[in-house]
Amino acid sequence: MLTVRRFFATLGPGVLWLGVFLIVPALVMLGYSFLTRTDLAQVGAPWTLESWQRVFGYDALFQEWTGDNVRVLWRSVWVAALSTLLCALMGYPLAFYIARQDARRKNLLLLLLIIPFWTNFLIRVYAWILILRPFDLVPSLTATLLGMVYAFVPFFVLPVYASVEKIDWRLLEAAEDLGAPPVRAFLSAVFPQTLPGLVAGILLTFIPALGTFVVSDILGGAKTALVGNLIQNQFGQAGDWPYGSALSFLLMGAVLLGLWAYARVAGQKGLEELV
Amino acid sequence: MIRRTHPALSAWAWLVYAFLYLPIIVLVVFSFNDSRFGATWAGFTTKWYGVLFARADVREALAHTLEIALLSTLVSTVLGTLVGLGLWRYTLRFRTALTGLLVLPIVVPDVVMGVSLLMFYSFVRQGLERAGWTFDNGFWTVLLAHVTFQISYVALTVRSRLAGYGPELEEAARDLGASGWESFRRVVLPLAMPGVLAGALLAFTLSLDDFVVTYFTSGSGFSTLPVLIYTNVKRGVTPDINALSALLVLVTVVAIVAANALLRPRRGA
Repeated sequence: MLTVRRFFATLGPGVLWLGVFLIVPALVMLGYSFLTRTDLAQVGAPWTLESWQRVFGYDALFQEWTGDNVRVLWRSVWVAALSTLLCALMGYPLAFYIARQDARRKNLLLLLLIIPFWTNFLIRVYAWILILRPFDLVPSLTATLLGMVYAFVPFFVLPVYASVEKIDWRLLEAAEDLGAPPVRAFLSAVFPQTLPGLVAGILLTFIPALGTFVVSDILGGAKTALVGNLIQNQFGQAGDWPYGSALSFLLMGAVLLGLWAYARVAGQKGLEELV
Repeated sequence: MIRRTHPALSAWAWLVYAFLYLPIIVLVVFSFNDSRFGATWAGFTTKWYGVLFARADVREALAHTLEIALLSTLVSTVLGTLVGLGLWRYTLRFRTALTGLLVLPIVVPDVVMGVSLLMFYSFVRQGLERAGWTFDNGFWTVLLAHVTFQISYVALTVRSRLAGYGPELEEAARDLGASGWESFRRVVLPLAMPGVLAGALLAFTLSLDDFVVTYFTSGSGFSTLPVLIYTNVKRGVTPDINALSALLVLVTVVAIVAANALLRPRRGA
């Protein structure tokens, strides 16, 4: 039984730490999103909904709905979705390839997959400048997409690989014995078995792709700004903390909503296996 | 059963691996390029490594990176292990909420975590100023931030390591006369140890690698290697940063291969 004394001897310190440095900052952020920018990076009264109106596309200066920010949000979503799709096209077959090797080769191939993944994220993104500059592709949206796929493809391969490993191949044989052509046999006997890994891979790629500002900052340039860049700018040059807070809250809300939906489908165990 | 792999599948796999290694190879090659501008090859040189070692800001950032990583790993490993242990040992009424709390730092985009901590520190600073105290963002704010995102990884690694064992193990130790501390030290901790070490390693790497949270919580006078690389990249590509990157890649490869070699023989035991 968990008594107060035992709580403080085990879970307590960690839970309190997360409460102070995770939950309280989130509440401070929520509070700031309703305040007004008084000076550069200063906030104060009056309390207002202005930042939230701006998030949804209202221009306070011209007093009209312009939708500029909505366009950035929309661009962030489809860039993240497109990178996830490209990661899937690259990573899904790769997971099968690795899973089909003998144990030694399998370990080596997994190691080779993890080495770039454990190399500093910034360096990996930066290296693409060296490659793409001669082609005059930096900054561009293509470069951003390429950088994202490059940075996130291992996130996709690993969970898919985990479910390919567990595939019951006898089902494929059965389908073939029953006369299913190869594609049909794959789609009905193999593909459904990889769904848990596929969904995990999609979440693990889409979420970081939606939240990043580093890739688009280094490879994308101002015209291809994503919501992450918009947030960073509010805490840098623009110095508008209330607006930045509202944007951050929206981003966090979108991610949590997605995870909540996933947890509803996959259950708590699925959520725990995700991380 | 191992089925033959289709040649097209093999070819695709090798293309993906080529894609993953191309930037790293380019980086290493260009760190030996005798030209101020990366795009053209102007002969072999090692001078950029000399330039790099002469930079005081690089040495300072390296020291900061290691200090933060070591200290934050120490704190988060202790706190995270205790959380993992509690999750394993007790039936909790708020298990779902607690799992949610632990999953939060892993799934929330790091830019959100970074800016919320930035505002939190500013908020606390304003409060303290009224009491006549003050602090600057730097070593301590970065350290606290790193521990915050590390705790979850350690806790979840420890918990999944212990998941296979029942809490009866502890009761058995108690029945054999062990005190609470003894059963923890001689039964539970040895079982959890691989998880603790794996969690600590993960926490350490995350700290070394972190740019976004550090960037927002570090203030202007304090930087770690990733922050230094970012500011240099923003100013334009410099060859000595290629050299620094190549060295970091080398260190990573050696560390992973060594960790793999160390872990492998134990797997059979």
